Amino acid sequence: MHIDIKAASLQQKRQAYKHLAKRFGEDRPASRYEEGTLDLAPEANFHYRPLWDADHELYDKTRSKITMKDWYALRDPRQFYYANYNITRAGQIESVEHNFDMVEKRGMLTAIPAEWVERITFYLLPLRHYEWGANMNNCQITALGHGTALTAPTCFAMGDRLGIAQLIGRIGLALASNNETALNAAKDAWVNHPDWQGVRKMVEDSLVLEDPMELFLAQNLALDGIVYPLVYGAFSRESDRRGGAAISFLCSFMNEWYEETGKWVDAVIKVAAAENDENKALLKSWFAIWEARAVAAFKPLSVAVLGAEAGAQAIADVEATLKARAAKLGIA
Amino acid sequence: MSVTAPKKLSLKERYRILTRGLDWTPTYQEPAKIFPHAEFEGIKIRDWDGFVDPFRLTMDSYWKYQAEKERKLYAVLDSFQQNNGQTAITDGRYVNVLKIFLTAITPGEYQAHRGFAMLGRQVPNVGLRIAAQMQSLDELRHAQTQIHSCSHYNKYFDGLHSFSYQHDRVWYLSVVKSFFDDARTSGPFEFLIAIGFSFEYVLTNLLFVPFMSGAAYNGDLSTVTFGFSAQSDESRHMTLGLEAIKFILEQHEDNAAIVQKWIDKWFWRGYRILAILAMMMDYMLPKRIMPWKDAWDIYFNEAGGALFGDLARYGIKMPNTAEVANKEAFRLSTETMLTFYQMGHASGFHSWLPSEDELKWLAEAYGPEWERLYLPRFKYFRELEAKGEHYYNPSLPQLCQVCQIPMFFTEPDDPTKICFRDTVYNGDRYHFCSDGCQHIFEGEPEKYVQAWLPVHQVMQGNCGGATIDEIRKYWRVEDGEDNYDYVGSPDETMWKSWQADRLKVGS
Repeated sequence: MHIDIKAASLQQKRQAYKHLAKRFGEDRPASRYEEGTLDLAPEANFHYRPLWDADHELYDKTRSKITMKDWYALRDPRQFYYANYNITRAGQIESVEHNFDMVEKRGMLTAIPAEWVERITFYLLPLRHYEWGANMNNCQITALGHGTALTAPTCFAMGDRLGIAQLIGRIGLALASNNETALNAAKDAWVNHPDWQGVRKMVEDSLVLEDPMELFLAQNLALDGIVYPLVYGAFSRESDRRGGAAISFLCSFMNEWYEETGKWVDAVIKVAAAENDENKALLKSWFAIWEARAVAAFKPLSVAVLGAEAGAQAIADVEATLKARAAKLGIA
Repeated sequence: MSVTAPKKLSLKERYRILTRGLDWTPTYQEPAKIFPHAEFEGIKIRDWDGFVDPFRLTMDSYWKYQAEKERKLYAVLDSFQQNNGQTAITDGRYVNVLKIFLTAITPGEYQAHRGFAMLGRQVPNVGLRIAAQMQSLDELRHAQTQIHSCSHYNKYFDGLHSFSYQHDRVWYLSVVKSFFDDARTSGPFEFLIAIGFSFEYVLTNLLFVPFMSGAAYNGDLSTVTFGFSAQSDESRHMTLGLEAIKFILEQHEDNAAIVQKWIDKWFWRGYRILAILAMMMDYMLPKRIMPWKDAWDIYFNEAGGALFGDLARYGIKMPNTAEVANKEAFRLSTETMLTFYQMGHASGFHSWLPSEDELKWLAEAYGPEWERLYLPRFKYFRELEAKGEHYYNPSLPQLCQVCQIPMFFTEPDDPTKICFRDTVYNGDRYHFCSDGCQHIFEGEPEKYVQAWLPVHQVMQGNCGGATIDEIRKYWRVEDGEDNYDYVGSPDETMWKSWQADRLKVGS
């Protein structure tokens, strides 16, 4: 059964903006993702060279060694534009709030054994600085990457990484009864503890990378591809065993986010690699460098959290998973 | 260490911990390599921690607020489309305002998005970086929602179909493009003063009034809903611009001279863009809001006057060209309109002569001097039209090297004489529309000699060919559809058929 409302229909002159119709090869209605993304960035006739980079135009494909016949081939399978991005995240944050409420109401954090609270402080809380590096890196790609298909999602990723850094900060506050002590201890570990120095050096080195596509691969595939499965997978499982299941619960957004965002990262790398052999070789060499660095950097932490044997095994497992993922993308 | 009952944390304290605590002092890489843009402009910052975050917005709150606004906005856009809201506007002519909006302003929002991303990465202070990053997200929002709110109009009206492509190429759009290219190719502090302060703070109302109030007055539910929805973003941006300039000025007394130079430059650059908005307010909105001159008085002379009064304690003065803008106020819209009227064959939107009633409204607003100077011209053009000889100027105009507007502005004290200025640099002579533009050039000649001037590019054969047909093809301006007078255009034909249909019984 349905009710039939009659509405006046008017003759349309065109279905879509012409740059879209040209891409589609037909004049068909465009999605909001397509309208808000495709061919949006300036492409030609720039007026002045940047004072901060006289070797390039303001928007310049040659900032990356990766070449694409069409940079708009690097689509986001989530089809995020500003509205559905924010609406998606707002919905997820509602669950995060709910989780925090529940953990607080049931005193779930007070039930965690003191020595494991210290471990969490050591392995989880310094990651907010890692996330802050990831925020800056995605911000850098947004500023200097080519084509809105790439740079709009990196802008969203920039926001995501700030959100995750602040979520870790909230966990740090909750663990220390809203005192700054745990976060200060974590920052001290990030800056001074030998187990963290490999990670911090790697992050600082990524902050000076000049090729936006190398930066994209290093941060969003190689580094994240080790960090997320290790910390929010292996470490979380250990936490569950040690009475810290509440922490895994509070970090469920990270797992959800990583799974969702990984689809986008994979799509970008896969298409860029399939474009030509030079791209493939470059991405392969970048992946080899940054994946190896990420593994080496996180190994001491894995051992510190899980013990020598289990720690080595965990890092080997996440490395194998990441390498299998890279193989699927054509860059192993 | 074990977890006990939480202590109460003020919002301010919570924000500080969750935000300021994120940064650390790098030791494996030089800070100057991580933030390479921080110092080259000569701005001296004694203490970055002195920057006070104006919003204290954490990312989770940002997502929540923005999502709520987007839900409401897109519900209206969907309803507008479903119910053919475009038929409810005051007149088909109104859509030409949207054509200017989408081709000139929306790509500017996009440029601001990328520029604030640059700022959000490059300034060595967490609070300012986050504020800039959120503005980068907001500006992307504005670009995308504007595209979406104009999308339905594009299905019926001409001239909206190739906005981003045209922004890179069409002559009058290079005015706006060069403005944003100029800001974005500058360093982070100049960008902040150019866009964050001069544009967002000093001039933003003069942009909002013609477009968003124009939409409200003319029944454009789609655009005005965007406008209302963007208002809270805009007030955040204005606050950031003001906080940032105060911070820079408070940090070191040497900064004032640099900032003053930027204010002078960006006031004039922004003001020149407003010429097209003045034309819209006085000639293109079927239902007028107020004359350009009144808007200028309210939003620049009154509001801006108070602002510069506040900044006087830092040694900052009113922009040195504000007086010229005041002298131009009664004629700015008319000089601009008369140019576009003659360039109708080479524009992506329609122009038309004002009606008798509209001329009366203009004469009342602008007084006897205006009547004496301009009424005869309108009369002359009307006579030509009556004979079937609408005047289109077949020549290519000389452009100002800085603002890129054709040289049609008149001497500050003599509205009957075109204002020409020129200067020689490295053996070449460069031309300007005003003292303001000449001074800007002389401050950075090595930058402005690079300008992509559309007329020069046509002459050099870089715009598809030598004939107007070839050039229009290069611009993707559809001849006989997008251009010429509104009267006789396909837009007008369609609009009239909708009006006729309203009164018919049945279907």
